Amino acid sequence: MAVQTLTINGQLVSAVEGETILQAARSAGIHIPTLCYVEGLSAHGGCRMCLVQIEGHHRLQPSCTMQATEGMVVHTDTEQLREYRRLIVELLFAEGNHVCSVCVANNHCELQDAAVEVGMDHVRLEYQFPQREVDTSHERFGIDHNRCILCTRCVRACDELEGAHTWDVSGRGAHTKVITDMNQPWGEAVTCTSCGKCVMACPTGAIFHKGATVAELDHGRGKLDFLINAREKKQWNV
Amino acid sequence: MPKRIVIDPVTRIEGHAKITIHLDDAGEVQQAQFHVTEFRGFERMFVGRPMWEMPGITARVCGICPVSHLLASSKAGDQLLSVEPPPAAKKLRRLMNLAQIIQSHALSFFHLSSPDLLLGMDSDPARRNIFGLMVDHPELARGGIRLRQFGQQIIAMLGGQKIHPSWAVPGGVRSPLTAADREQIRERLPESRDTVLHALDTFKQIVTRFPDEVESFGNFPSLFLGQVGPDGTWEHCDGMLRIVDSNRKIVADHLDPARFQDYLGEATESWSYLKSPYYLPLGYPDGIYRVGPLARLNVCERMGTPLADRELAAFRLLNQGAVTSSFHYHLARLIEILASVESIEAMLDDPDLLSTNLRAKAGVNRREGVGCSEAPRGTLFHHYQVDQNGAIQKVNLLIATGQNNLAMNQTVTQIAKRFIKGPTIPEGVLNRVEAGIRAFDPCLSCSTHAIGQMPLLVQMFAADGSLLAEVRR
Repeated sequence: MAVQTLTINGQLVSAVEGETILQAARSAGIHIPTLCYVEGLSAHGGCRMCLVQIEGHHRLQPSCTMQATEGMVVHTDTEQLREYRRLIVELLFAEGNHVCSVCVANNHCELQDAAVEVGMDHVRLEYQFPQREVDTSHERFGIDHNRCILCTRCVRACDELEGAHTWDVSGRGAHTKVITDMNQPWGEAVTCTSCGKCVMACPTGAIFHKGATVAELDHGRGKLDFLINAREKKQWNV
Repeated sequence: MPKRIVIDPVTRIEGHAKITIHLDDAGEVQQAQFHVTEFRGFERMFVGRPMWEMPGITARVCGICPVSHLLASSKAGDQLLSVEPPPAAKKLRRLMNLAQIIQSHALSFFHLSSPDLLLGMDSDPARRNIFGLMVDHPELARGGIRLRQFGQQIIAMLGGQKIHPSWAVPGGVRSPLTAADREQIRERLPESRDTVLHALDTFKQIVTRFPDEVESFGNFPSLFLGQVGPDGTWEHCDGMLRIVDSNRKIVADHLDPARFQDYLGEATESWSYLKSPYYLPLGYPDGIYRVGPLARLNVCERMGTPLADRELAAFRLLNQGAVTSSFHYHLARLIEILASVESIEAMLDDPDLLSTNLRAKAGVNRREGVGCSEAPRGTLFHHYQVDQNGAIQKVNLLIATGQNNLAMNQTVTQIAKRFIKGPTIPEGVLNRVEAGIRAFDPCLSCSTHAIGQMPLLVQMFAADGSLLAEVRR
């Protein structure tokens, strides 16, 4: 495979053909914030946290879907990108009902981590306070749509890793939500194998172990990485 | 011409309230009312939440007594799961509640009320606060602050944080005490005991300066409600309820807290957001009862620890039958701190405190559960109804301060009648009206409390609503 050489933040970086800018950056130890991306699952490009500036491109591009090409000059940490990333996180907080202090995922939440990373000391937008439901009909797990950021990590983990495709997305715009089977209570979703990969994949407290109390949720994210590694590379590293 | 006097806000209490005093044509006090002016709507906010989150969420009701809500909520959760928490979990919950009683009572006595008691009801309002106390009585102020810190430290050791821990959960608790933390608690016990004994001595000396206040600060017959142990010993967490009258005659005993709706009713008044619970068999408002330190000491037969029992014996001599003056809430509070310090000492070597078998797990096995604990301010009930998946459908919180609502209204009326004479009202008199409320240590479901001086506005209105006079301090 041909090796591509590109420049990220002034640093020469090499990428295998077909690799994305995000993968090339991570291999070189350059950090780009992400929310919907999980290494080993297909890229969704939905959260826009990983936007980068590419010289010669008029628009910012999501680095999780943009392939690295020879001679590309990429900037990942400009003033504009920092402002956009903060705004993205503010939008996520304003459109859902995210109350960290009483959330099962407090201190174990990638949205919370992102807010800290982008320096979100307050939200400049009007909170929407949507009315959303909590489904605890499953014997072992629950979903709180108030905390869902529609990253679709659960959908992809369920489809691509477990192969069950219990999760999917329904609705449009502000009415979009993740659903189980034919938009029925999770406890009645016959395709669900109760494997728990969606809990591992969820970046927030939206999908949780039933019985988890405030700040207690352990996603077990490492287990998901282990499974992906085992599947993709046939390496069973523990 | 009838007049109305308004004290708004009431200072040095937890939360926001105001007092109105209604005068008749002759300028005599007719009635006074204690209004809670904030509305928070927590009971509605809980609907739809998974029941496992309730201890952590309800703890957020208050920054002063989060532990009380945490415990009542987790106990309601035990009922919903139909489980008995492991013995170690029950003991650790008790330890945290004792720490909570210490820290909250210390705040009430030393930070909020002792400026009135030690500097004087009529002293300069600008200095009548914890900072003025530090200047005139540095040892007492320092001791009080450290005593509160001791209680908070134990809460943090168990729950990971001083305020709003989410440590108690349906079925038990999340983590044990460590051996190192246990030794730290042991080291602080002698100092804490000395501080409260010193405060008790000081209080007994100064109480003689307040004969009028003792006589008029909510001194009336009423029922008293609180938990007691199986043999009538003072209890703060796992007891049954007892109600006594002002002769200390037992009106009802061995009441199951889970069935509180069978014997307690809740009335509402249009002028306050605070509900007015009453003892159902006597009706409203005759079923007036008091909860909290004064009530707990009136209902129990012994404190169960040596020094506190000695103090209880002296407390009993204050009155024949029950101690009915709400001024003595202060004394009862100090005796409870002493009992808590002694109780912690007595339980500290129990190996169960270090056990890691702390949590009984189960699914939702009941659709309705009631949790009850003795909050520093009195008996607290959490009543939940859930669906088959554990989602909250209905919540009723019966808060200690609410149960004292009728008594607090009677108290402000009594004080106003005793001290307001003629058309001019000195600031010290208004402070007495507030101090009568402070004796109850009301917690108006709020984490804010005023240090020092908040603006106090008193307005006198004619019957037609026109402003006759205004006093601002």
